Amino acid sequence: MRQTGTKIKKRHMGKGLLAAVSLALVLGGCGQNEPAAGSASPAASPAAGASSGESGDGIKVGILHSLSGTMAISEVSVKDAEMMAIDEINAKGGVLGKKLIPVVEDGASDWPTFAEKARKLLSEDKVATVFGGWTSASRKAMLPVFEELNGLLWYPVQYEGLESSPNIFYTGATTNQQIVPAVSWLLENRGKKMYLLGSDYVFPRTANKIIKAQLAAEGGELAGEEYTPLGHTDYTTIISKIKAAKPDIVFNTLNGDSNVAFFKQLKDAGISAADLTTLSVSVAEEEIRGIGADVLEGHLAAWNYYQTTDTPENKTFVEAYKAKYGADRVTADPIEAGYDAVYLWAAAVEKAGSTDVAAVKEAAKELEWDAPEGKVKIDGETQHLYKTVRIGEVQADGQFKEVWSSGEPVKPDPYLKTYAWASGLSSGS
Amino acid sequence: MTQWMIKTGASRYGLAMWYFLAAALLLAAPLFTSDFRLNLLAKFLAFAIAAVGLDLLWGYTGILSLGHGVFFGLGGYAMAMHLKLQASGGRLPDFMDWSGLTKLPWFWMPFQSFGGAVLLGMAIPAAVALFLGFFTFRNRIRGVYFTILTQALVIISVTLITGQQAFTGGTNGITGYGQILGHSLAAPETKLALYYVTAGVLLATFVLARIVVKSRFGKVLRAIRDGENRVRFLGYDPSRYQMGVFVLSATLSGIAGMLFVLHVGIISPSMMGIVPSIEMVLWVAIGGRGTLIGAALGALLLNGAKSAFSESYPDIWLFFMGALFIVTTVFLPRGIAGLAVDGWRKARRIVRRRKEVPEHERKGYSAV
Repeated sequence: MRQTGTKIKKRHMGKGLLAAVSLALVLGGCGQNEPAAGSASPAASPAAGASSGESGDGIKVGILHSLSGTMAISEVSVKDAEMMAIDEINAKGGVLGKKLIPVVEDGASDWPTFAEKARKLLSEDKVATVFGGWTSASRKAMLPVFEELNGLLWYPVQYEGLESSPNIFYTGATTNQQIVPAVSWLLENRGKKMYLLGSDYVFPRTANKIIKAQLAAEGGELAGEEYTPLGHTDYTTIISKIKAAKPDIVFNTLNGDSNVAFFKQLKDAGISAADLTTLSVSVAEEEIRGIGADVLEGHLAAWNYYQTTDTPENKTFVEAYKAKYGADRVTADPIEAGYDAVYLWAAAVEKAGSTDVAAVKEAAKELEWDAPEGKVKIDGETQHLYKTVRIGEVQADGQFKEVWSSGEPVKPDPYLKTYAWASGLSSGS
Repeated sequence: MTQWMIKTGASRYGLAMWYFLAAALLLAAPLFTSDFRLNLLAKFLAFAIAAVGLDLLWGYTGILSLGHGVFFGLGGYAMAMHLKLQASGGRLPDFMDWSGLTKLPWFWMPFQSFGGAVLLGMAIPAAVALFLGFFTFRNRIRGVYFTILTQALVIISVTLITGQQAFTGGTNGITGYGQILGHSLAAPETKLALYYVTAGVLLATFVLARIVVKSRFGKVLRAIRDGENRVRFLGYDPSRYQMGVFVLSATLSGIAGMLFVLHVGIISPSMMGIVPSIEMVLWVAIGGRGTLIGAALGALLLNGAKSAFSESYPDIWLFFMGALFIVTTVFLPRGIAGLAVDGWRKARRIVRRRKEVPEHERKGYSAV
């Protein structure tokens, strides 16, 4: 319709120049990927010394987080902390006298992409280990790849438990290090009627299944249970339901942007932290920056680490992080857990004297380290960490004040075997 | 509008030679690629199957569907459900357990058999396409209105699957498979076999698409593209042809989805969302719509570029992809196949001018 002379002319010019350039770009970019189209890619022989990751003067390690898409806002900070740990280790001479070479890949907030990139890191780059993931969905997508290729994944985020892969180390909390003690503390200190609100995916669903069993066992009362799709932003109906149900506590497992909407609308509805206790398990310092400290002041969260956690290691960690990435940046639980993961792996490699997966796993058993959150220890049986549980209250400056702590690291129990009321929960796993 | 569509006339020998060459390349690929690259290539070949299917609908019939991710996903889910049931070994799949189900839902039952799953992986997308096609084409809903309806189909499907976590695995999708027909999916032999199956299906798809395009049916499709009302006045019922090609196209997407799951090991609602649906259209557009080889090449090249860019520049690869799309749409409106044909023509013209070949000895060019 707009076939004007100028357009045709322009198209003509393009053929000679830009079109050819763009095509060259595609073809060039595909050279290594499209062996069928021509050139043979350097055939790697995975047979000998698989997953050693040692290449001459360096050890390759993979970093696989979402650098684009909806999860990027959370995961980029974890990537930054892991890169910082790698830089620090390299500055001190590396591991086994070799420098660590990070290979960064973008999971793009897309679960099949996580699986593809995990496979690439293990079978093409032959990295010694991978640090990565945030959502349970991304971990579940990567898990079969790591088990198939016998790789090693360090997963840094608190999660719903009921999992213990021999190829994954979990440096975030499992349920008995976050949710279960938080529920017990709330029942003792804040009331018995609990309202469960969560995003509709595996973590909130599983967490609430556990909480319901715990409420029944410890004398609590379920006031209501609601799930909203990820990214949901209209909470007026749910706030009305909460008002009608009159709970003492809202246990919040919402994730991402939904927290912004929920807490703002809760404040607009005239409900403050003094009227209603809420405890969140996915709201950390980073999210407070996004939601606004004025909106969240007085609300509670349960984690293993806060930027304010008072240890000498944390002081150094926070200072180094801010010096490297800017004074306005904050540290938070998953960021610290990602940082821990790199150091724990490095310590295990030093102890094992090799990057071989089986040797590292063996060396990692009962390994201790003074993390920013305090002492952590790897539980050999489950490959989770012993972690201190902390409940914090949001202050006006956007930081947490610790109101309760377990005092000492709690042994991880992903299948809740030590809780009689949880016996029916993990039947399928 | 459509005069620039590439005509697909070609000498029979030339065509056979191209097919032979493509088959030889696909057959030989495992000899000089690593396991990982072969796995990627297999995934791209699965995408190419969907692209050829979409091209039949869009390139040849002029119906733009921005909802083919749904058909792809339905096929994928069919296969994933079968593999998950196999992996669970008689017990309830893990996500059903944590979502509070105590027994297997009835609609999961047919997926216990491999044959049933494959059949449903084709039949369900076909049925959905027939249903949508029946109510749209017969009511002469076309053009942009049809496209909007396909987008609605995407939103409905994704919302349904995400919301019904207990039955579908929700946003996590379905992952964690063990074996297919008794063979471990992790074994290199299985992977190689699956690669060959995919390559074989792609070639079969090509042959089928070629037959369709060359047939009377295919001529009516192109006639509908170029003037639907004229076709109607000539006594044809365009809606039947439109439904037919829509169902065929959806079935091919379903097959591609099934193969995708075998190579990638996960299916999730994100694979059938709006963005993947539009991406499929981009493969065809950039490869060159209205040419079968263009659609397939577009799928291979774009996905290859996506992998290569994101591996080399993990922080800024999206900008490269964006630039690529803009440059190709602005300067290559007929896609890569169009460029190739122009180049071929130009080269011939130059050669001809030099040799001054008489008019009647000129041969056609091959575009398929």
